[in-house]
Amino acid sequence: MSDPAAPIIVVGGGIAGQAVCEAIRDRDPDVPVVMVCGEPRLPYDRVRLSEILVSGESAEALALRPQEWYADRGVEVRLGAWVTGCDTEAKVVTVASGSAVGEPLAYSQLVLATGSQPLMPPIDGIDLPGVYPFRGPEDCESIRAAAAESKHAAVIGGGLLGLEAARGVVAQGAAVTVVHLMGRLMERQLDHGAAEMLAPAMTDLGVEVQLGRQTTSLSGNGRVRQLHFADGDTLAADLVVVSIGIRAETTLAREAGIACGRGIVVDDRMRTSAAGVLAVGECAEHRGVVYGLVAPIHDQAKVAADTLLRRIGLDYAGSIPSAKLKVMGVDLVSIGEADADQSAIAEFREDRVYRKLVLRDGRISGAILMGDIRGHENLLEAVRAGELVDDPLARLVAAGEATAADLPDAAQVCNCNGVCKGEIVQAVNDGLPTPREVMAATRAGTGCGSCRTLVAEIVTMVSGDAANEPYYLCPCRKQTRQELAAVIREQGLDAVSQVGERCGTGHDCGACKPALAYLVSEIKGNRHREERDARFINDRVHANIQNDGTFSVVPRMYGGVTTPAELRRIADAAEKYEVPLVKVTGGQRIDLLGVRREDLPGMWRDLGMPSGHAYAKAIRTVKTCVGTDFCRFGLGNSIALGVDMEKAWEGLHTPAKVKSGVSGCPRNCAEATVKDIGVVGVEGGWQIRIGGAAGASVREADILCTVETAAEALRVTTAFLQFYRENADYKERMYAFVPRIGLDRVKEIVLDEEQGAALRERLAIAKAAVQDPWLERDEPYHPNQFVELVGPPA
Amino acid sequence: MTTRVCRVDDVPLGEGRAVEIDGHRVAVFQTRNGWYALDQRCPHKGGPLTDGIVADGCVTCPLHDRRFDLATGRCHSDDLRVGVYRVEIHDGDVWVDGSMTTQDDTRTALAA
Repeated sequence: MSDPAAPIIVVGGGIAGQAVCEAIRDRDPDVPVVMVCGEPRLPYDRVRLSEILVSGESAEALALRPQEWYADRGVEVRLGAWVTGCDTEAKVVTVASGSAVGEPLAYSQLVLATGSQPLMPPIDGIDLPGVYPFRGPEDCESIRAAAAESKHAAVIGGGLLGLEAARGVVAQGAAVTVVHLMGRLMERQLDHGAAEMLAPAMTDLGVEVQLGRQTTSLSGNGRVRQLHFADGDTLAADLVVVSIGIRAETTLAREAGIACGRGIVVDDRMRTSAAGVLAVGECAEHRGVVYGLVAPIHDQAKVAADTLLRRIGLDYAGSIPSAKLKVMGVDLVSIGEADADQSAIAEFREDRVYRKLVLRDGRISGAILMGDIRGHENLLEAVRAGELVDDPLARLVAAGEATAADLPDAAQVCNCNGVCKGEIVQAVNDGLPTPREVMAATRAGTGCGSCRTLVAEIVTMVSGDAANEPYYLCPCRKQTRQELAAVIREQGLDAVSQVGERCGTGHDCGACKPALAYLVSEIKGNRHREERDARFINDRVHANIQNDGTFSVVPRMYGGVTTPAELRRIADAAEKYEVPLVKVTGGQRIDLLGVRREDLPGMWRDLGMPSGHAYAKAIRTVKTCVGTDFCRFGLGNSIALGVDMEKAWEGLHTPAKVKSGVSGCPRNCAEATVKDIGVVGVEGGWQIRIGGAAGASVREADILCTVETAAEALRVTTAFLQFYRENADYKERMYAFVPRIGLDRVKEIVLDEEQGAALRERLAIAKAAVQDPWLERDEPYHPNQFVELVGPPA
Repeated sequence: MTTRVCRVDDVPLGEGRAVEIDGHRVAVFQTRNGWYALDQRCPHKGGPLTDGIVADGCVTCPLHDRRFDLATGRCHSDDLRVGVYRVEIHDGDVWVDGSMTTQDDTRTALAA
């Protein structure tokens, strides 16, 4: 019987096994996981094997994660242990370690990540000393030792790995000949043009290339001495490295009765024919394809983790093969198909630059970039997306000029560790300042390292954006408020969708749509064409969305003054609509929280009070102290001024919320010195303050001026409010706006008699078109404005 | 299995509305480029995706701004995904195929 508390067992400690463990832990920190790792070392980056062939470093240098990672995350690793048998009925595997007898280990689910074995041709002499596969760190050690003594080495196989091995042997000072069965190098990834250019590039590195060579046997007395070819020729070699391909490791699966073809057959959820058994990586055969590359492993591992944890996720639909040759001095990337019905090629023979774009049915289906690999990430994305192209040559040029900024967030930057651009951007936005720290956190660039320049470019781009670039209202199209405002004015646009059609804004991420909606309404003095789908949900239903999808309702109470009748209606509405929480806000009002969307119109009707706009970027409250009416110390009638201000501005939208306060004396009970707009009663008049804050950071408001009467206070603050409405960036609070513009400049404009009057007039025009949004209870903009088609979840 | 979930007029242009199919809540969107349907619940913190802003074939969750592709259900910023469903329009009725689809061709042009 299977044991539900048993761990998920991952068989194999290669890149695939590790990727599965990572994907599981990304989704679930607790489910027990055991990784059984045949090699005596923690998972390492086999893609970079040729590096340690060149450098002689130990495999530990290529470790994917340090020891602590496994301990910290509760992934149990059994090193040097082999799964020798598997009973898929009983859900038990047999684990052998050293000379110990096999130990039964129960699993809840099993992931086969057994990888592959190097193919060795069945020819005479293949067992001779001096003949090595190129697969693991031990092979590297043997090859290095032999290369040091070698007069002439041969590499059988001119594929990606064979060429990397040849480069590694040359680095030890031996002469090397690559003998390749096919008529061109890397025939699976390259077309003739690129392969013809690659061969001399290898020769320049000291690697001789012989094509069309079928090796039929190896010979030597006690050690390999010669290769024999089908045409009768021979080649002297005292070291032979064999790299003709891989064979999926399926022994365990076959013995357990699991369906295998060339690999272990999996479906689109990475499930094998046995219940509760998955397979990932080079051992797996998906839709008839066995991938021998690293990028598909990460795609597969994520799907496998979703399946294991019963998460909804996309199916695995196969991967676009992409390969990068890691040979010093030869830059080569191949993506997707090497040939199809249409292509565009840019070739510069002298510089050994070859760039090809492959199209099938008008869509980008592949690319080969050699010598100049700029834009390969861009083209990988284009192949993935099956981008339609009219002018392939122009597209090829554009790819070469593409910068980090042109990549979509979903573009995979680091293929070794499956890190996409969005994750890097996120890391920078989370506060990591340098490429080095970003790489450590995201693991991007810590594999083969070929993406490090790009990672650095993205980090610079994102952090530089924040420091130097102007604030873009539409970051996707890099358009500022001023640029867009000019277009709206010149062309007389009056709706967000029109601005989108003219300027392209609001089409990409959509984040700028509410900003555009504000901009259009501000420029048109609230006589614009309202498009509710451009508004955030709060401005569609005039209430503040809560974490459970319900809403909060805050009716307006001018200056924080209410009446017994209002309080009764609030209490009645709270009971009638079963409001779970009634709370007094910091702005001297009452918040009804947890209101169902459908109840909003009825509740507003019952309340009979206007909207407090507590959900919007708009005039919020004007908080007041008691002032001269009752207070012993009051110098000015703060309630009256506060109520006047609130009524004068009520219903106006603003770039960001505006909270105000009026205190009747310098004791400042209404906390006016930390408000966006604050007024404080002083001997002989009112002190006006702007740009205060008491949020995440605290900022004492700047003194704009001191005036003698309440009427003057209202006039000056109104002029400043309109100046802010017309000039601030969206979401820019007054406490950021004032220092950006400079207090002196604000004074110059707002306190100028003529300019101040013009500002007040424009505000009055906008105000004249304001309507209480809660009146939409009787005239909704759509019959289903407040209606979900199904009720809330039980 | 395809279920009739609402009328075309029930969903304001550019917005989404939640419907229920076999007890499962599905968000149906009418965009300027056609109809889409995905899981109503944002897998991040359960936000109602119908209340998100729709642009460029994506919807942004109103709670924490996770952005999901309407055609694939893929999240732009992390590994989250939501299920996507095929939508068909017949005689002004909106039909949703409740069996999960994962293809990129779920978008259905408005039937004439």
